[in-house]
Amino acid sequence: MSENADGVVIELSGIHKAFQRQPVLRGVDLAIRAGETFTILGGSGSGKSVCLKHMIGLLRPDRGRVTVLGTDITDLQEHDLVPIRTAVSMIFQSAALFDSLSVYENVAYPLREHMRWSEEQIAERVAESLAAVGLPGAEQKMPSELSGGMRKRVGVARGIALEPRVILYDEPTTGLDPANQRRIGELILALQENLHVTSVVVTHELELCFAVSDRVALLKDGRIAEQGPAEAIHDSQNPDVRAFLDGTRDTPDELEGAYAHARP
Amino acid sequence: MTTPTDVAEREVVWLGDRVLDAIDRLGQFTLLAGQTARAALRPRFPWLEVLSQLEAIGARSSTIVLLTALFTGMVLALQTGIALARFGAKPYVGAVVGLSLARELGPVLTALMVGGRVGAGITAEIGAMQVTEQVDAIRSMGADPVQKLVLPRVFAATFALPLLTVLADVLAVLGGLVLSWLQFGIDPNFYLQTISNTVKFEDLFSGLLKTFVFGWLIAMVACSTALQTTGGTVGVGRATTRTVVAASIGVLVTDFFLTQLMVIL
Repeated sequence: MSENADGVVIELSGIHKAFQRQPVLRGVDLAIRAGETFTILGGSGSGKSVCLKHMIGLLRPDRGRVTVLGTDITDLQEHDLVPIRTAVSMIFQSAALFDSLSVYENVAYPLREHMRWSEEQIAERVAESLAAVGLPGAEQKMPSELSGGMRKRVGVARGIALEPRVILYDEPTTGLDPANQRRIGELILALQENLHVTSVVVTHELELCFAVSDRVALLKDGRIAEQGPAEAIHDSQNPDVRAFLDGTRDTPDELEGAYAHARP
Repeated sequence: MTTPTDVAEREVVWLGDRVLDAIDRLGQFTLLAGQTARAALRPRFPWLEVLSQLEAIGARSSTIVLLTALFTGMVLALQTGIALARFGAKPYVGAVVGLSLARELGPVLTALMVGGRVGAGITAEIGAMQVTEQVDAIRSMGADPVQKLVLPRVFAATFALPLLTVLADVLAVLGGLVLSWLQFGIDPNFYLQTISNTVKFEDLFSGLLKTFVFGWLIAMVACSTALQTTGGTVGVGRATTRTVVAASIGVLVTDFFLTQLMVIL
C-alpha cells in the first residue's frame, strides 16, 4: 500500500451520492497528496462529512471511484477494508467515544483489535497517545466525566494509537470554545509535524481552515467549487468562494433538509 | 387546488413508500441475519461479551419473568377451575394448567416479556451508538459491529430464553398449585400427580424448542432495527417502539406457524 507516482494518497473521482433520492454529492473530484493538510470547506449540509466518510469506506458512492493508498476501495467488502482502516483513521465530529468503556479502553480498542500486544505494550501506547493530545494520566476516566474538548482529544488519541498514515477530521472544532478550538488546531499541526501524517479536515470554521491547511477546497451544491493552495483560496475572486469566506452566502435551507438523511 | 385525483395519487405514493420501506427493512434484517451467522463461525468468538450479555439479557430478566409466571399460573388455575367445575372436573386443574403452560403460555409469555424488556434495551443501546457515530467508529477502526455488538446479544438471547422459560414454567405451576390448594382445596400432591400424568416430555420439548427461535428473533429484530436508526434521539425512541411492536408480533406469528409445523410433523 502506498501513494501513486504523484504522491496522491486519496483520490475521489466523479463521486455521486444520494440519500433517499436526494442528491448530496454530484461529481466530486479530489486528490489528497502525501504529507499535506487538506481542508474541505463548506456550509452545513453541503456534504463535506459525506465526502470524508467515502475516504474510509463508511459510505459507498452511487457512482465514481475512491482510491486510498493505491487501492481502489470502491467495491471492497468490509473485511477487505481492514488494512485501509488501520492506515487511515477517522476522528468523528461527536468524538464517538464508547460510553461504556474507560478512556484507557477506548484508546486501547484499535490496538486490541489489530495488535497481538502484551498489556504493558498496550498501556505504554495508550499513555503515549494521551500524552500527545495533552491528556496524560486520563486513562481511568469515563467519557461521561469529560468536557467536550477533552472528549475530542481522547477521540484523536484513539485515532493515532495505531500510528496511521492519514487522519480524517470530521468537524474537529465544532461546538468547542475558542481556547479548545485553538488547541485542536495546534494539535492537528503538531501531529502532522511529529507523525508526518496526511490530514484531511472537514470544517466550516475559517480560522481553523487557514491555520492548518496547505490546500483548501470549497464544496458547494455537491461539487467542488474551487480548490487550491490555502493563500490562493483566501484571496480567490471566485464568487462562490468569496460569498462563503465573507459570509454573504445564502444558507440553502432545502439542502439542510436533504443532508439530514445523511446524518445518523 | 387539490383535486380528488391529487389526493388519490398522494395516498398511492404514501402506500408505495410504506411498502418499499417494509421490503427494505426485511431485506436489511435478512442481510444482518446472514452476517451474524457468518460472524459466529469466524475465529475469535466473543465469549466474554456473550457472558456479560447472558447476565444482562438472562439473569436480569428473571424477576420480571418470575412475577409474570407466578401470576399467570394463579389466574390460569383460577379460570380453569371455574371452567372445569361446570363439567365436574375441577380436580383436574393441574392437568390443564400444566399442559397450557408447557406447550404455549410459558414460552409465549416469557418471549413477550423478554421481547419488551430486552428488545427495547438492545435497540435503545445500539440505536444510541448508531446515532452518536459509535457504530461507524467501530467500523472505521477496522472492527466489525456485527461481531462486536450483534452476535453476542443474539447468541445470549437465543440461549437465555429457553432457560427463562423453564423457570417460568416451574413458577407458574407453583402459582397454580398454591391457588388450587387454597381456593379449590385441591391437594398439592394430587395436583402435581395430574400434571406428571398428563404433561409428556414432548409437550415440554415442543414448548422449549420454540423459545430458541423466539430468543433469536427478538435479538435479531432489536439489533436490525437499532442499526437502521436515523434522526438523533427522537429516532432512538422511534426505533425502540418499532422493536417492541415488531418483536411481539413476530413472536406471536412465528409461534402459530411453528406450532402448526410441529403438529404436522
